Amino acid sequence: MLEAIILTIITAATPLLLAATGELVVEKSGVLNLGVEGMMVMGAVAGFAVTISTGSPLLGIVGGAIAGMLVSLIFAFVTLTLVANQVASGLALTLFGLGLSGLMGESFVGQPGIKLQSLHVPGLTDLPFVGKILFGQDLLVYLSFAAVFGVSWFLNRTRAGLILRAVGDNHTSAHALGYSVIGVRYLAVIFGGAMAGLGGAYLSVAYTPLWVENMTAGRGWIALALVVFASWIPWRAAIGAYLFGAVTVLQLHTQALGIGFPSQFLAMLPYLATVIVLVAISGNRRATLFNTPSSLGKSFVPDR
Amino acid sequence: MKKLALLAGTALALAIGAVSGASAADKLKACWVYTGPIGDFGYSYQHDQGRLAVEKELGDKVETAYVENVAEGPDAERVFERFAREGCGIIFGTSFGFMDPELKVAKKFPDVKFEHATGYKSAPNMGLYNARFYEGRYILGQIAAKESEKGLAGYIVSFPIPEVVMGINAFMLGAQSINPDFKVKIVWVNSWFDPGKEADAAKALFDQGADIIVQHTDSTAAIQVAEERGLKGFGQSSDMIKFAPKAQMTAIVDDWGPHYIKSVKAVLDGTWKADDVWEGIKDGTVHMAEYTNMSDETKKLAEETEAKIVGGWNPFTGPIFDQDGKERYADGVVAPDADLLGMNWYVKGVDDKLPQ
Repeated sequence: MLEAIILTIITAATPLLLAATGELVVEKSGVLNLGVEGMMVMGAVAGFAVTISTGSPLLGIVGGAIAGMLVSLIFAFVTLTLVANQVASGLALTLFGLGLSGLMGESFVGQPGIKLQSLHVPGLTDLPFVGKILFGQDLLVYLSFAAVFGVSWFLNRTRAGLILRAVGDNHTSAHALGYSVIGVRYLAVIFGGAMAGLGGAYLSVAYTPLWVENMTAGRGWIALALVVFASWIPWRAAIGAYLFGAVTVLQLHTQALGIGFPSQFLAMLPYLATVIVLVAISGNRRATLFNTPSSLGKSFVPDR
Repeated sequence: MKKLALLAGTALALAIGAVSGASAADKLKACWVYTGPIGDFGYSYQHDQGRLAVEKELGDKVETAYVENVAEGPDAERVFERFAREGCGIIFGTSFGFMDPELKVAKKFPDVKFEHATGYKSAPNMGLYNARFYEGRYILGQIAAKESEKGLAGYIVSFPIPEVVMGINAFMLGAQSINPDFKVKIVWVNSWFDPGKEADAAKALFDQGADIIVQHTDSTAAIQVAEERGLKGFGQSSDMIKFAPKAQMTAIVDDWGPHYIKSVKAVLDGTWKADDVWEGIKDGTVHMAEYTNMSDETKKLAEETEAKIVGGWNPFTGPIFDQDGKERYADGVVAPDADLLGMNWYVKGVDDKLPQ
């Protein structure tokens, strides 16, 4: 039973973790992209379409990532090159993504998808209890963890990561030092788009192999909240995503067990947990400020 | 003489022009408001199929319009009002949660005709229509009780509205008619449409021992989980056999086309009046997808029950007891429609507390 619950939690948490990790890098570079939901849903439709057309879920995932990158490029062009307001552009990106994906996906409605196969390592996967959890997941689950470690290492241990953080903390100084603020931010936004696209593709290729409009159902917004929840630290985003997945799945289990809680209250729990943790974190102001990218959401115009 | 003929011809042409001009202006605009995306392949999709059936049947006599993805509740009012102002002759609100906003707009626009699905409030210019889905759910209950090895079904539901409660009760009555000890586990996902959550709920229910899944939510996610696990379930709103060729035993398919055609025709003829239409399997509004993936015995039973329902028998025929063991309907008493449409109690044997 516990094994089954953990397996379900992993699938519920993975799309959130993928998208949140991407957005974390974007925000660390000082850009606030509220269009995660739109990029995710584009990744979902592209992932499904490519999977159906080619018969390969792996290609579908790549397609999802590319679709996420392409729409994020629109956002980057509008906010970085044309210096439009980031909040408004991000919201517009979400609406745009939801609409365009519906249009693109029209002919795929009502078609069964192909599910991304899980890993099977003979011997290891068959181990009792831990076998399936550790060695029987699909590629994207491992990728989501690799991304957390990779991003952590990149931000804290590499020169490029240091530059990215510098751009996010004080774009004027970074510019004065000769770094291309706009260039760094372009790359960060595109990375975020690819990760959100992967998260979306996970939904339509691995989680529930089907395409329906709006199938992300708000997960992009949760990924955004997770970034703040994690106070811009990758491993905390992983904890947040799993906590959120766990509360979502456990509330379904407690209902099925017939524990007499009102279901509306249980459905509220994941969000309540997010709020509580946010409050708890913000109690430590210095640590919070330390991690918050100071230039977050501010447009940059080089003064030459 | 020649001149006269020419004149007559011109007059005739003018007259024809006038007539066709008038008919273009008289073209009826029929409008639909959907709660989900029409791409949900479930509830809203089926309503849209009904709209397309109207277009096909009545051709250039009508013009149709729709808005999808309209949130239930006060926000829907704007959509209804816009349609009313845009010159829609008849507006269909297709979901329970549109009831109050639609009624409000209907009162404001007495010349526009309104129809609301699955609700219970009406007005002189707002009729009601619904489908007796519970007839299908009774059959699902019988099939589940016959085919389940553990005597336990998982039931995924959206919101505690009468339509949904009625479905659970009909399902249980059907199941208990075969196996009096049949149990059901109920999970509320508080959404009509979130494939991920529906899949998680299905997994949770299967993990807790259910071997049949029933859903009153709109996507194919739950039945796909059943397929993956080699267990059984039912399609909802649409025939979902393509998604679960080995798991779907049957599906309750909504076919709104005949009703929409009838209503729109009535508006065209000027015979429309605010009705309360509640049609079921007999009228073709509710249609059972092919019975498959079950034993021949179960299939025969399902077909017999379907025939019995077509013959006029109501699954809500007493004796029916509620959860506390109180007798609600005595032996042979048929529950009146008004009771069904306001149903807010569970029948005996449902092990869940109804969210109030």
